Amino acid sequence: MLTQRLLLSDRGGMIVLGLVLVAMIIVPICNLLVPETSALHVSTFTVTLLGKFLCYALLALSVDLIWGYCGILSLGHGAFFALGGYAMGMYLMRQIGPRGQYGDPLLPDFMVFLNWKELPWYWQGFDMFWFALLMIIVVPGILAFVFGWLAFRSRVTGVYLSIITQALTYALMLAFFRNEMGFGGNNGLTDFKDILGFPIAANGTRISLFLASGFMLMLAYLACRYIVTSRMGKIIVSIRDAESRTRFCGYKVESYKLWLFVFSAILAGIAGALYVPQVGIINPGEFSPLNSIELVVWVATGGRGTLFGAIVGAFTVNYGKTIFTSYSPETWLFALGALFVIVTLVLPKGLVGLFNRNKKVVNKNNATDSAPAMPTNTSGDNPASTLTDESPTITAAVKEPV
Amino acid sequence: MRNLLKPLGQWQMQLILLISICFSATVFSQDAEPSAIEPVAIDPAVIAAADTIDEATEPEFDKLVKALTQGSLPKRAQTAKKLAALNDPRTAQIIEALQTGNLYASKGSNPGVAIANGKTYTDAISGEKITEDTDALKRVPINNSMRTQLRTLLAQLNLNHKTAAIRLDAVKRMIADGVDEDSIALLQERQKTEPDADVRDAIASAVALLNLQSTEQQVRLDAIQILRGSLQQEVRTALSEIASNDADEKVKLQAQLALSAIDDRVAAFRLAENIFFGLSLGSVLLLSAIGLSITFGVMGVINMAHGELMMIGAYVTWVVQQLFPNQIAYSLMIAIPAAFIVAGLVGIAIERGVIRFLYGRPLETLLATFGISLILQQAARSIFSPLNRAVELPVWMSGSLEINPVLSITYNRLYIFIFGLLVFFALLVILKKTSLGLKVRAVSQNRAMARAVGVRANWVDAMTFGLGSGIAGIAGVALSQLTNVGPNLGQAYIIDSFMVVVFGGVGNLWGTLVGSMGLGIINKFLEPYAGAVLAKVLVLVLLILFIQKRPKGIFPQKGRAAAD
Amino acid sequence: MQYEGEESSRNVFYTGAAPNQQAIPAVDYLMKEMKVKRWVLAGTDYVYPRTTNKILEAYLKAKGVAQEDIMINYTPFGHSDWQNIVSDIKRFGSAGKKTAVVSTINGDANVPFYRELGNQKVTAEDIPVVAFSVGEEELSGIDTKPLVGHLAAWNYFMSVENDANSAFIKKWKEFIKNPKRVTNDPMEAHYIGFNMWVKAVEKAKSTDPDKVIDAIVGVEVPNLTGGTSKMLPNHHITKPVLIGEIQDDGQFLTVWETEGLVPGDAWSDFLEGSKDLESDWTTLKCGNYNTKTKKCLGAAAQ
Repeated sequence: MLTQRLLLSDRGGMIVLGLVLVAMIIVPICNLLVPETSALHVSTFTVTLLGKFLCYALLALSVDLIWGYCGILSLGHGAFFALGGYAMGMYLMRQIGPRGQYGDPLLPDFMVFLNWKELPWYWQGFDMFWFALLMIIVVPGILAFVFGWLAFRSRVTGVYLSIITQALTYALMLAFFRNEMGFGGNNGLTDFKDILGFPIAANGTRISLFLASGFMLMLAYLACRYIVTSRMGKIIVSIRDAESRTRFCGYKVESYKLWLFVFSAILAGIAGALYVPQVGIINPGEFSPLNSIELVVWVATGGRGTLFGAIVGAFTVNYGKTIFTSYSPETWLFALGALFVIVTLVLPKGLVGLFNRNKKVVNKNNATDSAPAMPTNTSGDNPASTLTDESPTITAAVKEPV
Repeated sequence: MRNLLKPLGQWQMQLILLISICFSATVFSQDAEPSAIEPVAIDPAVIAAADTIDEATEPEFDKLVKALTQGSLPKRAQTAKKLAALNDPRTAQIIEALQTGNLYASKGSNPGVAIANGKTYTDAISGEKITEDTDALKRVPINNSMRTQLRTLLAQLNLNHKTAAIRLDAVKRMIADGVDEDSIALLQERQKTEPDADVRDAIASAVALLNLQSTEQQVRLDAIQILRGSLQQEVRTALSEIASNDADEKVKLQAQLALSAIDDRVAAFRLAENIFFGLSLGSVLLLSAIGLSITFGVMGVINMAHGELMMIGAYVTWVVQQLFPNQIAYSLMIAIPAAFIVAGLVGIAIERGVIRFLYGRPLETLLATFGISLILQQAARSIFSPLNRAVELPVWMSGSLEINPVLSITYNRLYIFIFGLLVFFALLVILKKTSLGLKVRAVSQNRAMARAVGVRANWVDAMTFGLGSGIAGIAGVALSQLTNVGPNLGQAYIIDSFMVVVFGGVGNLWGTLVGSMGLGIINKFLEPYAGAVLAKVLVLVLLILFIQKRPKGIFPQKGRAAAD
Repeated sequence: MQYEGEESSRNVFYTGAAPNQQAIPAVDYLMKEMKVKRWVLAGTDYVYPRTTNKILEAYLKAKGVAQEDIMINYTPFGHSDWQNIVSDIKRFGSAGKKTAVVSTINGDANVPFYRELGNQKVTAEDIPVVAFSVGEEELSGIDTKPLVGHLAAWNYFMSVENDANSAFIKKWKEFIKNPKRVTNDPMEAHYIGFNMWVKAVEKAKSTDPDKVIDAIVGVEVPNLTGGTSKMLPNHHITKPVLIGEIQDDGQFLTVWETEGLVPGDAWSDFLEGSKDLESDWTTLKCGNYNTKTKKCLGAAAQ
């Protein structure tokens, strides 16, 4: 039953996860076992690049969960990503120990040159891995909880909410840029030496991180699928489509939104934590409002409301960015801007929607679609057709006993 | 005919010389214009009189002027001192020209020395216009210590200037440079014949400052009484010296009382200054946010390209200055309507081309306009260059209005504040009194009903967007006077504009005014305690908390059909 | 081109000015020639200004300047509202002692900063501002009339008159096809660095990095201010220091320069963490050798 619900009813998801699994097997083989001169060899650089993309995919997944399924457009999710990244970064900095430029066994280099004499209280405990893991989950989670509780309780929605999330990430960016904050200022945290005892730049470590990212992505995907196919999932979708009506039906809309928001923030934090050891640096630029908006376009390009669409979008756009910025850097921003405009105007359902257009035609000719008529949504934000095509939740709702 | 060819006798030559002197004296007898800023026109009548005195050997004055243009910087300083000691009426003009960088000289052992006034050069010694060989003239350079020294010399020479304002400046400069026996002697000389009350008071302060160092207790006490009301910084420094170090207890007490009175006044003026800073920041926020507020109110869309429309306005200013390089003073007058039109047209194009198709989907509009902002930024980088462009400030915009030694208001911020209010009231009039305004208000209150009574809502949308974008363009013109003009100009102001709109309430002009001024003042009051960055962070946090209390801002939209 | 020092790596050669080749001589000039007694250290909030200001603060205190005569202020990148800060500088500077501003403000923030200074009538005669990050290229984007008299400290000015410089400027203008473009200190640093590399390759008869690294120490090439520059064992070079005043055409007038060449010091003698450190890649084969504990600290083997 679980497999049916989580996977088999979601063809797109199965394909994407399958691809990820295949990559997780082939890429390490091509890197470790295939000789360098062969055309099939995958360089360590590519391994890291793919690992980075996997982290971005996880981040996009977290945004799709709250935007595609609950209608909360958060333009500040980069903040949670960065916070998770900083937590991991602090652990890695503590691991450097006496190998820094100044040779101080306790204080990281940037604290020595700021003339600080002792480690601030918020750095205590980060020399232990389990503590860092805990912080990666707790810090973004608490911030999301506080922010969400304040916002949802006062029924801030729509564009207002998006703007305040921008304000949140902008404020955090300004704060983390300050050297007095004790997070490395504009240089951020870098010059990492090893993670859990393994040298961070070694081939083996990189591959392990790559595999970890892929594994986390799959796990998170399954968790998200579990949520959206559950009863909570249905309520969330109804919040998206008719919030007032759901509220008047007796559901505590604020609680659902809040918990989903917190879960999504935790996912983003985990993505950030996996990202940092692979790129080797975390700096306040990750908090930049531009980053947070850009990741929304990944989801929109792939196709929101489909979970696997987020993964597709993240890979596509970032791959395009890598290509563009290598060959023609001046035109990358034109392309990105055009992508924003085109996706919103012409591809409201994203790339995934393109593929499914044919499927819709085929289905219409077959048996009657068992999807019930959807209520017209007054928010006008999400075309109702998203549900009739891709989301099996409605068909599931009809099939399962209530 | 033959009579005319007779050679002129000696007495006839002298008669002709005398007549020409009288003639030139009457023709060129207009007053030389007084100005401490621009070089003064040499009065040739004075020159002619000086010339006739000594025709045989080169006068000391001429020698020194030529020596001034040669040699090393320390030598030049010495020569300037010697020149000032000669009591020649031309000295002040030459020293001033040297100090402002308008003294030019040709190379060689017998250099021609000229004073420049714009593009015209007049000979420093004879006062005649120089028309040829102007390319050979190179500026006579000075360094900072010379500038300071020349300023003091000039102040002393200007004590006897015609204009009271310049005399007052001269006295203030002498106080700032430190009073001593010699300068006091000069000042007291002047005080005897001084007609202007302000200058007399200033001289009295200078004398009192010196008297503070006197050994007699009564003299010191009297001096403290005179200086009681003065806000000048030098007075305060001297008084605090006395208040802490004077031998006599009574004098010390008096000085402390005077000091605390002065400090209270200073604190009040500093508060006023801080409020002005807050208002000027608020006026910048107002200009940035008002266009956004209107489009959001009417159409319910947040235009993420708003910052780039301001950038367009700023670039228009630069282009106007490039097209009319000699009309910098008028460049802003031309730039404002030009920026309005250009930005407005771009706005209408965006609305017709993209936003129209996303009607009813505000979140997608947000994303699409963000894409447009990226395109516009990159276009600016490609067309103009990624580096900043230099926009010149017109002369009337620079400098500051000094109300008293503690409070001065910079002109550019003052004008921008006034301009912001003008734009605000103009918009208010447009919205309340014109037919377009009526339709805009109707559509923003209840779109469906407005359409039902025959208002073309789509056309109103386009016009509103154009209006909002045009205002953004005008804001860009104002911003070009304050900050860099570059592709990133929009990014710096967009978040602040959002905050103002969210704080003040959407679609409401008064809300935008209150919101922007409020945020500006809060920011400026936090700044001395928390520093610039932390102040901004605190304002953002306060805003997020404020939204909890009033999710729709200070002045929310009212009515049943108000956007959800 | 300046940087904050505090590093010396085997594979890196630092042609930029260390703090003792720019910041310290500028402060010396202000102290001795302009008799400055109060100091405002204003910088952008990142590692270069932070480190430089730390070094300068320690240096000033070592010269007997009291804490209350030093005002330190940091602003974020691109800061554009300088009203409060300039007003504070004015206040700080009118306590009766000659005050100067040492500016490590970088990038876009310089334009509004100088404008505000001009508008609030803070002239160079009253409170001179010496900047380390404002060169000919930055001035080409600003209206320099209100800035006349303010200072900058560099190791090269385009206005220095000698044959090598004139030839370089001519070649540059022809190459870039724009007679209005300017040259500046970072360009001269490149010129020196590249020529040093060429000479080292000729000396080592190979472009292999390890061979070049061993050959380049000791190489001497001409600079563009009429002298030469030599590569030192700590991988820094010798440079002259010039102080210039801004003219209203965007050029600098040299008002002072060091007697000879100043050798670059990687580890500042004025900072606790680095005053015991020394870098020598020829004899000690170490970039951060602690002279007290006689141990090599960092990753010398890498």
